[in-house]
Amino acid sequence: MTEQFDLAKLVFGRLTWDAIPLHDPILIATFAMVVIGGGSLVAALTHYKVWGYLWQEWITSIDHKRIGVMYMILGFVMLMRGFSDAILMRVHQAFAFGDSAGFLPPDHYDQIFTAHGVIMIFFVAMPFVVGLMNYIVPLQIGARDVAFPFLNNLSFWMTAAGAGLVMVSLFIGQFAKTGWLAYPPLSGILQSPGVGVDYYIWALQIAGVGTLLSGINLVVTIVKMRAPGMNMMKMPVFVWTSLCANVLIVAAFPVLTAVMGMLTLDRYLDFNFFTNDLGGNAMMYVNLIWIWGHPEVYILILPLFGVFSEIVATYSRKRLFGYSSMIYATVVITVLAYMVWLHHFFTMGSGATVNSFFGIATMIISIPTGAKLFNWLFTMYRGRIQFDVPMLWTIGFMITFIIGGMTGVLLAVPPVDFVLHNSLFLIAHFHNVIIGGVVFGTFAAVTYWYPKVTGYRLDPFWGKASFWCWFIGFYLAFMPLYLLGFMGVTRRMSRFDDPSLQIWFQVALCGALLVALGILCFIIQLYVSYKNRVALSDKTGDPWNGRTLEWSTSSPPPQYNFAFTPRVHDIDAWWQMKANGFVRPTDGFMPIHMPKNTAAGIVLAGISGAFGFAMIWHMWLVAGLAFVALLAAIIIHTFNYNREYYIPVEEVEKAETKFLAKQVELADTKFAAKQTEVII
Amino acid sequence: MGSSIAASAAQPAKFEFLVREEEHVANGTLLGFWLYLMSDCLIFAALFATYGVLSQSYAGGPTGADLFDLPLVALNTSFLLVSSITYGFAMLQMQQGKLSGTMLWLGITGILGVGFLGLEIYEFYHLIQLDAGPQTSGFLSAFFALVGTHGLHVVFGILWLVILLVQLRMYGLTGANRRRLFCLSMFWHFLDVVWIGVFTIVYLMGSMS
Repeated sequence: MTEQFDLAKLVFGRLTWDAIPLHDPILIATFAMVVIGGGSLVAALTHYKVWGYLWQEWITSIDHKRIGVMYMILGFVMLMRGFSDAILMRVHQAFAFGDSAGFLPPDHYDQIFTAHGVIMIFFVAMPFVVGLMNYIVPLQIGARDVAFPFLNNLSFWMTAAGAGLVMVSLFIGQFAKTGWLAYPPLSGILQSPGVGVDYYIWALQIAGVGTLLSGINLVVTIVKMRAPGMNMMKMPVFVWTSLCANVLIVAAFPVLTAVMGMLTLDRYLDFNFFTNDLGGNAMMYVNLIWIWGHPEVYILILPLFGVFSEIVATYSRKRLFGYSSMIYATVVITVLAYMVWLHHFFTMGSGATVNSFFGIATMIISIPTGAKLFNWLFTMYRGRIQFDVPMLWTIGFMITFIIGGMTGVLLAVPPVDFVLHNSLFLIAHFHNVIIGGVVFGTFAAVTYWYPKVTGYRLDPFWGKASFWCWFIGFYLAFMPLYLLGFMGVTRRMSRFDDPSLQIWFQVALCGALLVALGILCFIIQLYVSYKNRVALSDKTGDPWNGRTLEWSTSSPPPQYNFAFTPRVHDIDAWWQMKANGFVRPTDGFMPIHMPKNTAAGIVLAGISGAFGFAMIWHMWLVAGLAFVALLAAIIIHTFNYNREYYIPVEEVEKAETKFLAKQVELADTKFAAKQTEVII
Repeated sequence: MGSSIAASAAQPAKFEFLVREEEHVANGTLLGFWLYLMSDCLIFAALFATYGVLSQSYAGGPTGADLFDLPLVALNTSFLLVSSITYGFAMLQMQQGKLSGTMLWLGITGILGVGFLGLEIYEFYHLIQLDAGPQTSGFLSAFFALVGTHGLHVVFGILWLVILLVQLRMYGLTGANRRRLFCLSMFWHFLDVVWIGVFTIVYLMGSMS
């Protein structure tokens, strides 16, 4: 009897039927929706027989373009989840005053704000940024893929496995109640004995491996695979900012891995790194996690700075103003990103000298950032600006980011921070820069590169509607939070007594609802554009009269990107090619050497996810088996030496001729006229 | 700027825009692996920093001077250092295209690695017997995590080495296998460098505390 019991314990750990939150109507309704939605999706995919296609063309694909698109889809799906959390919190806070407890019990509210932060940073912003870099960087440097195409596929699936674990925590057990950085001793085993923090740890560890690998991958890609002639100072600005962001990934994520490892040891094996007794030091955790965390915000924003640079130049019909100052500014920000982590905890008590150093270092970052803003403004100055949707997002970003930047400099003053620390002012500040910078930038980038990815442009009307909803909604949602912060309202509180504060929370709710409308407009935009895809189609491969190499291929680009590797002579390589009468070759095609698809990525990530789940629930037997299986799968993969093939020349010829035919079709019409206009 | 475009437009044939022959991009594996090692180095940096902060947090338990057995650690260290030299010999054999020599020196390297690990496991076991396990104090938590992480790396290094021996036997000194030998070589020497830090900062400085 006891032996049997032990075996069950070994297999199921602490997982019992109690872990399913049957008592919570919100979760049951969500679960029902997920089952119905997911079920009908699976049924539809089976009905239209697309599983084989998905498996061969997407899931096992090592094409950087496919992987980039999958990252964007993951980011968008998780945005839905993270934004639902936001709406729940906004609705709850608008009503939880005085005698009204609101509809979320504190226990649930704490999980929601933690999940919201974790999801938005790790599984929305990161996939968006990594996805953009994945898709665009190889095209902009004239390469056929990234340096390690298999690792790229693995990176994506590891990120997806991490996201999967966070989603599972919604229905099996619970998520952390500690806030998005899980400070000990609150996240230690004594204060958080449940599975919440373990979900957090393993989701981040697994996704973190994926991010680190993709960082290494893109650094090597940019350093080693640029087209001949493209020296460092001829790289497009987006490639530069991506390089810096990936250097930051390689130099920051290992610290996250290490600190999560230490917290794991504290929780699982009773180590004393961050405990209150036996010589532990919780502030060590706070230091380490911010040594990762501060560079992380630059990992998110730098690539979007690159996006804005590309967009401003394209829609102003001018070369970017101050290319080299832009590069130097990016590099300076990259270096400074490592010297400011302590400004996240001035109140720790490091003393005036240390706080002054970090305060001043933080303020200095505003100088290169300001230089960038002036560069964008000077690019627009006397340009022939076209107010297309990407340009609207860019201008919206410039206005919003300046406000967010200024409140950031304010917070960098240690005495001010002592007053505003942990208040809603801080919440307003970082949403100001992340929504104004990363989210606006992602929407700008998606609108800008959408025709390249799909072959048709996005409908501008719904794009504009989405922009205005987001823009106004953002101000409505977060300006009240600045005010509340000044009034001393702290973050992570689920209920307040003072009724005079309520009106501001209600205004903020209106803002959040307007943002929801913005997301809805975006979804409508996707649908309307798909319906009108013939009218909106892009046959030229260059719908905006672009400047960089990605516009020199067809839309969507062939699997091999470039039939011939381009030679680069100028920063705006494609612009210069057009200006100098570049003619596409019609013969002399060669077979192209490409990497083969592989299922190893999803297998390894799947086993990792299972291993994480088993560790969370203390299913030691399952965890052990999963670990052995993981090792075996890696070893088997290393015995595969046959990873490449040639695309036959006939196939290349066919694809290129088809693209040329479309161009000829257009040549007599507007395209030629536009070209001459450009040259003059 | 506008005028320069117009000027160059007048003479279109000036630039070659495409590479018309087959293009082979440089292999990035060694750079990529080196970057991985640097990221791994940062994991050790975080562990060293934590050890630095917690190295005096004995919580009433034993100190480094009470626990460390320097002659044993000296033997341990010499195993690892010699194994780096023997890996060097394996690489020299590889450069000369000698498969059996490469495999012989690799095997010796692996045996020295196993020796190192054996002594380390004995040390850990001994400490735990003395009630000086990682649960005892912040100092010992940091000690076990830092030294243990290095040891885990050696375990994976040996596992990799064994697999590489099998692959060398199956496929010989092909381009891919040479690249793998290079990567493992970097990994092995990297572990040596980290160990020199561990030996100095943990054992030597700890014995003086």
